[in-house]
Amino acid sequence: MKIPFSYILRNLWTRRLTTALTAGGMALVVFVFAAVLMLDAGLRRTLVATGSADNVILLRQGVQTEIQSGVSREQAALVETNPAVARDQRGEPMVSKEIVVLIGAPKKGDTKPQNVIVRGLTVAGISLRPQVKLIEGRWYQPGASEIVVGRSVNTGFEGMELGQSTRFAGRDWRIVGVFDGGASGFDSEAWGDVEQLGQAFRRFGYSSVIARMTDRGQYERLKADIEADVRLKLDVKIEPLFYEEQSKALSTFLSILGLALSLIFSIGAIIGAAITMYAAVSNRIGEIGTLRALGFRRTSILSAFLLESMLLALLGGAVGLAFASFLQFFTVSTLNFASFSQLSFGFHLTPAIVLQSTIFSLVMGVIGGFLPSVRAARMEIVDALRAG
Amino acid sequence: MLFKLILKNIFRARLRSLLTIVGLVIAVIAFGLLRTVVDAWYAGSDMASANRLVTRNSISLTFTLPTYYTERIRAVDGVTQISASNWFAGIYLEPKNFFPQFAVTIPVFFDLYPEFLLPPEQMQAMLRDRTGCIIGRALADSYGWKIGDKIPLQGTIYPGTWEFTVRGIFDARDDTTVTRQMYFHWDYLNERVKQSFPRAADRAGVFVVGIKDGQRAAELSAAIDNEFKNSIAETLTETEKAFQLGFVAQSEAIVGAIRIVSFVVIIIILAVVANTMAMTVRERISEYATLKALGFGPGFVVALIFGESLCLTLLGGLLGIALSFPVIATFKSLIGTIFPVFRLSQETLWWQLGAVIFVGVLAAILPAIRSARIRIVDGLRHVA
Repeated sequence: MKIPFSYILRNLWTRRLTTALTAGGMALVVFVFAAVLMLDAGLRRTLVATGSADNVILLRQGVQTEIQSGVSREQAALVETNPAVARDQRGEPMVSKEIVVLIGAPKKGDTKPQNVIVRGLTVAGISLRPQVKLIEGRWYQPGASEIVVGRSVNTGFEGMELGQSTRFAGRDWRIVGVFDGGASGFDSEAWGDVEQLGQAFRRFGYSSVIARMTDRGQYERLKADIEADVRLKLDVKIEPLFYEEQSKALSTFLSILGLALSLIFSIGAIIGAAITMYAAVSNRIGEIGTLRALGFRRTSILSAFLLESMLLALLGGAVGLAFASFLQFFTVSTLNFASFSQLSFGFHLTPAIVLQSTIFSLVMGVIGGFLPSVRAARMEIVDALRAG
Repeated sequence: MLFKLILKNIFRARLRSLLTIVGLVIAVIAFGLLRTVVDAWYAGSDMASANRLVTRNSISLTFTLPTYYTERIRAVDGVTQISASNWFAGIYLEPKNFFPQFAVTIPVFFDLYPEFLLPPEQMQAMLRDRTGCIIGRALADSYGWKIGDKIPLQGTIYPGTWEFTVRGIFDARDDTTVTRQMYFHWDYLNERVKQSFPRAADRAGVFVVGIKDGQRAAELSAAIDNEFKNSIAETLTETEKAFQLGFVAQSEAIVGAIRIVSFVVIIIILAVVANTMAMTVRERISEYATLKALGFGPGFVVALIFGESLCLTLLGGLLGIALSFPVIATFKSLIGTIFPVFRLSQETLWWQLGAVIFVGVLAAILPAIRSARIRIVDGLRHVA
């Protein structure tokens, strides 16, 4: 026979302060656990959105990032003529030869300069990133000292408003537009004309070359072509792979930190649950004896107490998740170790994270409640009745 | 009398007290560990000297400065010495074996850093070997490198395979000195760059500038930057400390999050201890009523509760602080290469102690109020 569910609920309600404190402790643990997973998910989503499987990126052999890379004009021209590179209606190769540099700009309410990526693009560059949409102003004019800035740069940095000018590389650059990068890494960049930026920064070559393939299946052929050509000392990578590698260090760091924290914290919460449940058992010895005398089995007692503990944990988990879900309104801007520049990304709650957090809280409840429940179930009827 | 009662009370519910103490120990260790991680982040700036400035390209660190700036900076009144310093970013076997490498002007650089203790004969050997390098003690220990060993590096910023011979190993003068890095001849780097990328030659990543008087840092920084105003490469000069803090500021969001989380762990343990105290008091309401009936004032009961709470948290806290040392030592050996300095600071110890007392006091407030308010008759009647 099963012990009625309402009995379990009422037990929690009777000891409100204890229930609230125990569940509160668990809620905090689940909050931290969920927050870290959400941050990692947000980072992944941002970098997945940045790359397109139709595009390849070419960098100098052996380098990890666009900042370190250098591609000469001759090499870039050779890439353009490869048959695997797609062409637009006018027959122009869909290739963007880009310069990527870092400039220092202070965040809002701060004076210390933080690294922001400035990307110079050729005409095809914008169309190679269909997720990027202009939301304010206009695109830069080729040949003018103008830039457009991503949404996160616009809102997060000082002096990056539409119509303002920012000074770097010995020139004043007018901000003529703001673009939305579709939650990609481009939100944390400023874009301008590659020739203008090249002159200002005294760069004769490019940093990287982005090319659209005629077909995704052409990748192997393109790669083989480029490796075979001794004039091209370039590495070719499909964009999503490149951006995944860019985020690897930061992502690994976040998950290791988060899991270590959750693990340590959960021990605290489990102990909290164990204390509560032990008290619940010892306060109710008489009740347990009565229940047993009424004919409830040991297993029923065990499951009732275990269920109480799980319910407590579930309550904590739900509260923790509810608070964590509010984090979705925030974005974080931090240094991406790989590209050495600021990258902003949000917290992203996925169904998988909800499930993981719920399981995590239930596991805490089961571990914390197991020993006390066993103790309750093992009581002898006579002793229990006498003690009560 | 009071103290005896407190002790007896603690060991009455042995299991509960034990669990609470274990929880406290873990929380105190976690708190100390997190604060140490935050401290480690700032390690580079702790060793910064007020007598050193760093001059870099004003655009950002990824832009270099022409080396002919050296003489012009040296000519600024108040400047004593100047060394170029280029970030090399070489990979030793695999990218995960990360350690910083710099090409610097030898021997000037080591005059600028008196906290690096290097035997003079090793410096002589270094000066004789163009491809030599000097490494810090911590770095030498982690890879087991000795003088005369060869270190092969795969260049990233400076392509190609590079091989350096260890000519010197420097020790730290004090605890804040970082010894997890490698230095080699800037001239050697420049020679090789000249052969392969002539256009990139004769460029310094940053200049480390020694000044006579740390008080004049702001004035001299401005003087140096003025010298190059409106030139091809404008400079940004700041104290070494500000320069290092600039790096930390880049990942401020993460450091901030760790800092917040370190307080979350205190709140979690507060919930656990407060819960223990609440349950304890609920069970003992009739005893407190008895004490009152015997003529003890409400102050005595309140002192009893605060005393028990504080004893419990101090017991757990001191144990946690004691265990923090081996835990942090183990942690340090596990992560090894990421943080150059990783040790429990005295400040952290005080923070741990403060947090424990804070938890002990706060956890007792609600139960104490409750016990003080209870009327003797109700209390005697009370069944837990």
